[in-house]
Amino acid sequence: MRKFIIKRLLQSVVILFFVAFIIYALMRCLPTSYVEAMARQKSMQPGSKSFEEWMEQLTVMYNMNGGIVSGFFKWLGSMLRGDFGDSWRWTVPVLEKFNDTVWLSFTMGFISFVLELLIAIPLGIIAATKQYSKTDYTISVLALAGISLPTFFFASLLKLVFSVKLGWFDLYGLVGRNYDQLSAFGKILDKGNHLILPIVTLVVVSMGSLMRYTRTNMLEVLNADYIRTARAKGLSEKKVIYRHAFRNTLIPIVTLVGGSLPGLFSGALITETLFGIPGIGFASYHSMRSGDIPFSMFFLVFTAVLTLLGNLIADILYAVVDPRVRIT
Amino acid sequence: MKDKNDKKLPAANNGNQKEEQYSLNDDRRVKVLSPGALVAKRFLRNRLAVTGMVILLIMFLFSFLGGLLSPYAEDQKFYRTDVQAKDYAGILHNEEYRYTVGDPELFKSAVHAQALKAIITNNESFDYKDHSYTLNKLDEDLYTVSCEGKVVGIASKELINSSDNRPVSFDFALQVYQAKAEGKNTFTADSVEYNIDEDGVITDSAGAEVGYVSAYIVRAVMPDVVFSREFKNQLIDAAEAGDESFKYTDENGVEAEYILQYDAATKAYDVRREIATKVFDTYSAPSKSHWVGTDRNGMDMLTRLMYGGRISLMIGFIVVIIETIIGIVLGGISGYFGGWIDNLIMRIVDVFYCIPSLPFIIIVGAAMDAANVPSLTRMIYLMLILGFLGWPGVARLIRGQILSLREQEFMTATEACGIAPYKRIFKHLVPNVMPQLIVYMTMGLGSTIITEATLSFLGLGVRFPFASWGNIINDVNDTFVLTNYWFIWIPAGILLLTTVLAFNIVGDGLRDAFDPKMKR
Repeated sequence: MRKFIIKRLLQSVVILFFVAFIIYALMRCLPTSYVEAMARQKSMQPGSKSFEEWMEQLTVMYNMNGGIVSGFFKWLGSMLRGDFGDSWRWTVPVLEKFNDTVWLSFTMGFISFVLELLIAIPLGIIAATKQYSKTDYTISVLALAGISLPTFFFASLLKLVFSVKLGWFDLYGLVGRNYDQLSAFGKILDKGNHLILPIVTLVVVSMGSLMRYTRTNMLEVLNADYIRTARAKGLSEKKVIYRHAFRNTLIPIVTLVGGSLPGLFSGALITETLFGIPGIGFASYHSMRSGDIPFSMFFLVFTAVLTLLGNLIADILYAVVDPRVRIT
Repeated sequence: MKDKNDKKLPAANNGNQKEEQYSLNDDRRVKVLSPGALVAKRFLRNRLAVTGMVILLIMFLFSFLGGLLSPYAEDQKFYRTDVQAKDYAGILHNEEYRYTVGDPELFKSAVHAQALKAIITNNESFDYKDHSYTLNKLDEDLYTVSCEGKVVGIASKELINSSDNRPVSFDFALQVYQAKAEGKNTFTADSVEYNIDEDGVITDSAGAEVGYVSAYIVRAVMPDVVFSREFKNQLIDAAEAGDESFKYTDENGVEAEYILQYDAATKAYDVRREIATKVFDTYSAPSKSHWVGTDRNGMDMLTRLMYGGRISLMIGFIVVIIETIIGIVLGGISGYFGGWIDNLIMRIVDVFYCIPSLPFIIIVGAAMDAANVPSLTRMIYLMLILGFLGWPGVARLIRGQILSLREQEFMTATEACGIAPYKRIFKHLVPNVMPQLIVYMTMGLGSTIITEATLSFLGLGVRFPFASWGNIINDVNDTFVLTNYWFIWIPAGILLLTTVLAFNIVGDGLRDAFDPKMKR
């Protein structure tokens, strides 16, 4: 087990190195970089130096004067020392911006993840136990609809119905207009109120795949020999399903859930952008669009780490939960 | 030969008669279906999947045939005439005395004030400095001011407007006012004879109009507009009659409606001209000629949706084909050869898996934005990038299947026959993965369409003038559209949703149909 983890970790380091390099090269290839835009803006000011002079000065200032490879190693070096630099777009240290935004995203992601589990797993199990019934068809179609629903379309629909027509929620933002006048508790309620629509969007859009996954696995378990044995023993259907089948279905589900936990930190780029929630997804979207290399690099590498971590956790959990599995 | 045919055909009509003739172990008693037919049969029995298939068919017809049937072109713009009211003129009913100066030395502006004072206090004469003036009332609101027996100025609420907009001479003005006050029809000024009618219109002996007297001042809002006398008359008539609007056809034959609005504070009328202008028919509601209305650029929405569907579906197919080809080749090689090749390819797969694809494409999109890549090139790049980011999934699928397949006997047989490795992979192994691959591709089509739509929605995918379902919905970023024009984005969203849903349902149905363990 330990050997397996060490091997995987070492592999992950190599993978990360390449991922980081690819992303860095891509960011550096941006024809109009942040620096250029900045230089243009500065040179517009009255009595300023020419664009070329600013360009020269800013390139040195932002450490962009080296080639891509040397720039990458310079970035890697400072990153390994824990120095991620300052975000250009947000003009604060990258870690500070990250710390400001990530918890909001995590809260949002975590709440919707819990809701997702609470809704998707029971529905998936019901669908599987009543295979080919009307209920099964309804749930399956719902699940597929959830998968097929484009986030931005669903979010717009929600906005139209609940913000515009009913006027229950604001269209954008995390806090209301009179946020500053609210009491401490009122502030929390206000934020919560603004998070309802984004969370609903996230739950509906991501619920489908978990529902289908549960159904498929439950069906597989229900076809297993030991379920037939349980039924042959004369156990009640309830006991067969909830004591024998469900526990075995949990194995793949726990693996999946464990694997997706790290992903909660990566935020929801589209949902956050659409609803104007200043989480990590929102911040990174704007950083990427404006060519803010330090923040984008940090975010992308961070996401890659989360993906790798998720896979590793899933594999380990698989062995932990199911004693039949031996990993080497 | 005939025998073989009989075996393959279900032969439902003659099966009953012949059944008794065959012996029990005769092959012909059993209907033999090819695996493909079995799959088709299982698929067709799945009502949901068939519905999905029908929806897809409709979508394809809508997108690929609809564009041909639609009477409009993809980027044909429509216009509508819009009545726009513009500030055109102002009319002021003169309530103050205006002064016509005959002798600038003796009738200075300070004297104007003295004269006004005398008029108000009903004095016949007044003094200013070392001159004394007499005031002579010709008519209501019409006075002449004389000094030392000579008329030096006129104070009047009515004004003389010359036809050529040039100031008139003092003598002319004096004669006009006198004639008007005395009710004469003719007068002589500067030794030329003029006529004047009771409306105050002044004509020369030839009958040509030279000017008119009126208490109304008409000024144009635009400096370059000169009003005709006829128009001014109409305007003043309307103002006097208290009409709120009138129609007038000017000398160029342009008919317009003029709206008068009285402003009590300034005692002036604002005249606005309502003129029909041709504008883009933007955001017009669904109607007979535009079933789903028109979009931001005044293009027919239904036609845009058809062409948009074409692009969305085409991008989906091309991307899936790209990723499948790369995936099959690399996955096949990796699975078949194993060892260090497998290891290398799988690490590449891992790297690609780790690249956050949406951010990656956002960055590329921003780069293309900056480089002003033309729309078509941009679309091609988008397809290539999506394809290159998507292949690891296919490669993993193929490799996983091949790893188990290559241990089977038929592979040993191919090896014994001495078939070349590439043939072994692509002719014997890959076709065995086809069922999973087809399911994967069908589902992949759906998700690719969503990805493309999301990018277009963010403004990073397909760009104008091309339509795609995503960039049609993009308009919803404008809160005004979100609130007021449902027909702009909801139809596109529904089409998108149904198409992707149909792909997923069909994929699901195919998976069930391909699975021989399925018992229904």
